Amino acid sequence: MAQAVPAVQKWWNGGKSPFNVEYGKIMMWYFLMSDAFTFGAFLISYGTIRFATNSWPDPNHVFNSFPGLGAGYPLLFVSLMTFILIISSVTMVLAVQAGQEMDRKRVAKYLVFTILGGLAFLSCQAWEWTHLYHEGAWWGHNPFPNHNGSVATTNFSNFFFTITGFHGFHVFSGVIINIIMLIMTLQGKFDQRGHYLMIEKAGLYWHFVDLVWVFVFTCFYLI
Amino acid sequence: MSNEAILHGSEVSTHEAHHDGHGEHHHHETFISKYVFSMDHKMIAKQFLITGIIWAILGGLMSVLFRLQLGFPDTTFPWLENILGHWAKGGKIQPEFYYALVTMHGTVLVFFVLTAGLSGTFANFLIPLQIGARDMASPFMNMLSYWFFFISSVVMISSLFIQTGPASGGWTSYPPLSALGDASIGSKTGMDLWLIAMALFVVSSLLGGLNYISTILNMRTKGMSMTRLPLTVWALFFTAVLGVLSFPVLLSGFILLLFDRHAGTSFYLSDIFLASTQKALPNEGGSAILYQHLFWFLGHPEVYIILLPAMGMVSEVMSTNARKPIFGYMAMVGSIFAITILAFLVWAHHMFVTGLNPFLGSFFVLLTLLIAVPSAIKVFNWLTTLWRGNIRFTPAMLFAIGFVSLFISGGLTGIWLGNSSLDIHLHDTYFVIAHFHIVMGVASFFGMFCGVYHWFPKMYGRYLNNTMGYIHFWITIVGAYLIFWPMHYEGLAGMPRRYLDYSGWASFNQFGGLNHFISIVSIIVFAVQLLFVFNFFYSIFKGRRVKSENPWGSNTLEWTTPIHPGHGNWVGEIPEVHRWAYDYGKDGREFIPQTEPISANESEHH
Repeated sequence: MAQAVPAVQKWWNGGKSPFNVEYGKIMMWYFLMSDAFTFGAFLISYGTIRFATNSWPDPNHVFNSFPGLGAGYPLLFVSLMTFILIISSVTMVLAVQAGQEMDRKRVAKYLVFTILGGLAFLSCQAWEWTHLYHEGAWWGHNPFPNHNGSVATTNFSNFFFTITGFHGFHVFSGVIINIIMLIMTLQGKFDQRGHYLMIEKAGLYWHFVDLVWVFVFTCFYLI
Repeated sequence: MSNEAILHGSEVSTHEAHHDGHGEHHHHETFISKYVFSMDHKMIAKQFLITGIIWAILGGLMSVLFRLQLGFPDTTFPWLENILGHWAKGGKIQPEFYYALVTMHGTVLVFFVLTAGLSGTFANFLIPLQIGARDMASPFMNMLSYWFFFISSVVMISSLFIQTGPASGGWTSYPPLSALGDASIGSKTGMDLWLIAMALFVVSSLLGGLNYISTILNMRTKGMSMTRLPLTVWALFFTAVLGVLSFPVLLSGFILLLFDRHAGTSFYLSDIFLASTQKALPNEGGSAILYQHLFWFLGHPEVYIILLPAMGMVSEVMSTNARKPIFGYMAMVGSIFAITILAFLVWAHHMFVTGLNPFLGSFFVLLTLLIAVPSAIKVFNWLTTLWRGNIRFTPAMLFAIGFVSLFISGGLTGIWLGNSSLDIHLHDTYFVIAHFHIVMGVASFFGMFCGVYHWFPKMYGRYLNNTMGYIHFWITIVGAYLIFWPMHYEGLAGMPRRYLDYSGWASFNQFGGLNHFISIVSIIVFAVQLLFVFNFFYSIFKGRRVKSENPWGSNTLEWTTPIHPGHGNWVGEIPEVHRWAYDYGKDGREFIPQTEPISANESEHH
């Protein structure tokens, strides 16, 4: 398929795509920019409120449990979650690469890994949410004291559940998209079309969701 | 992969056989697929337009109702009670309903008419036709965009009929009023429906915007470089960019507001004692000003989402009807771009008196006043386009000139309001109402009318009636000034907006007669808009038929399609473009369409 492009092509003169990409990918990029603004608005709101508040709960005390091991392991569990999500991004890259080589079997294999990674992340999140819920944290409820020992406002929980929930919703939609991609791959749809562009677009979305997690992780667990 | 395959994605391999030969689709179309769930951008544009017209009538009617109260505060109208029931007990608009009316008037006209009805209509209609594409990049998403708008409209309309009434905390829906159901009856179910409707609206606008952007970037016909695009397309492009980047922030703000309403969170709430229930609320740590930031981060770009399409269409119609090239094409593009960037950097000028740090305010003053530069460039270019032109005063042209007049009058008061010190006095007065109605509301309506009169022949193959058009124009422009000009004086005198009744203030009694006058004019102007609506629907069926493909002698590509273009727009090949869109009055020729190759002995070309 690849065609040598003359060096002096006039890319912007019409009749061709100036970025040499199909419209769906432009849409995906613009959608991701738009979504970045959604998350940006959430995180900036969180930052504004947090810095306007005298003191805030310490993440090392809040997030210190690990399933089966009990408390006393600050940030260990969330490190595992983050690791899982980053690995799933790696498998997604491999799926995209396999797609560019038109290798259906490998695309399917790595998509399965990516889906499993996504599901594992969501399960971890479900465990963490349940655990926090049993400790008394929920929208409108916050049992954790501030750094300085004073009683905290509920906004720690409010922002935590809203923003990680919104991110989890994105991971969930990403898993659904990847499952659809897997079915289409197994049906041989992309071989018929002659390209695996859809996998690339799903990949863009998946990496974006990973990238957002890096920011969410930093804002809630590290700072 | 070849660029051709990239352009058309998956379509190429499966439909290669009749690619580009499928100018006219002749596959069977049912009523449902042609008029309801249509994927033809032209039909979707008409759906947006007609839905927008219905909304405009409703929104306008609301303003007539509250103008009755403002203009005739001592009179009762028993027939109002017959129609509105307990909302107009004893023939007088009740305070709660008055707030509901102003809230819905703002919401409806800003979002449903001047966003969806304006850019939904003309982006859909003009982008593919003017860049030379068979349809939008994704016709399916385009259809979804309309239907999300439709569902959003249904939810919003249904909120008018519930017992506690629609949202009534102003179109900005500031918390804590909007966050607490006990604070007012308009903050109960009506507010939830308002938020749901607006969330659906954001989805609709996102689906549409992504489509407009990728269509303009990717699907221009051969020879249609970005600098040969008509200014309409440039304006619609930046409008879409503004929407795609600012609406999501509003959505975030709404999600937080929904949690505050229903999940006991305190994002926007802190230290509140509620008089209606005599209770202190447990919420603490939130910030109501946070919502204002999130809201106005959309709210300000929103006014340019409304205004830019109007500017683009005015440029196009003005150049066509002045029979002169647009003056300063690149300056026009550059100023649209500058406005787009600045639109994101000025939101806090809506918040000078809400407790914003005055030091921060001074930056927003500077950035706000900077908008005057690109705006003035545009005005200068329009005026110089008219200068020594061979002007044809069609109704569309009159509305275009009217737009420039309104944009100047309303824009100048923007310079007043952009100063944070003056704003302390003028904030929340009728001066603000006068300013934004003239510069954003009426001016954008003029842009919309200009577009409807100009492109109606392309939409329906018939003309709108000119006589009704002239009556419509003159009464509307004179009326608009008569309504809003006096409000400047009221505002300077300190008369606050959003009040039901001013009789408690002796100092504003002097404006009783003026309010009376404004109300009468607004009823007349509303009636004239109904004349336009009649003209519109009458002309669809009975208007004078268009006889030639290019009735206005225009250069752009939409006038190279058949009088009734099918789905796919052009029969056979899409034409190639050889020049910019504004070769009017060149080398002794009245106009040279974009499709005409540059001839050997032509003077310098673009």
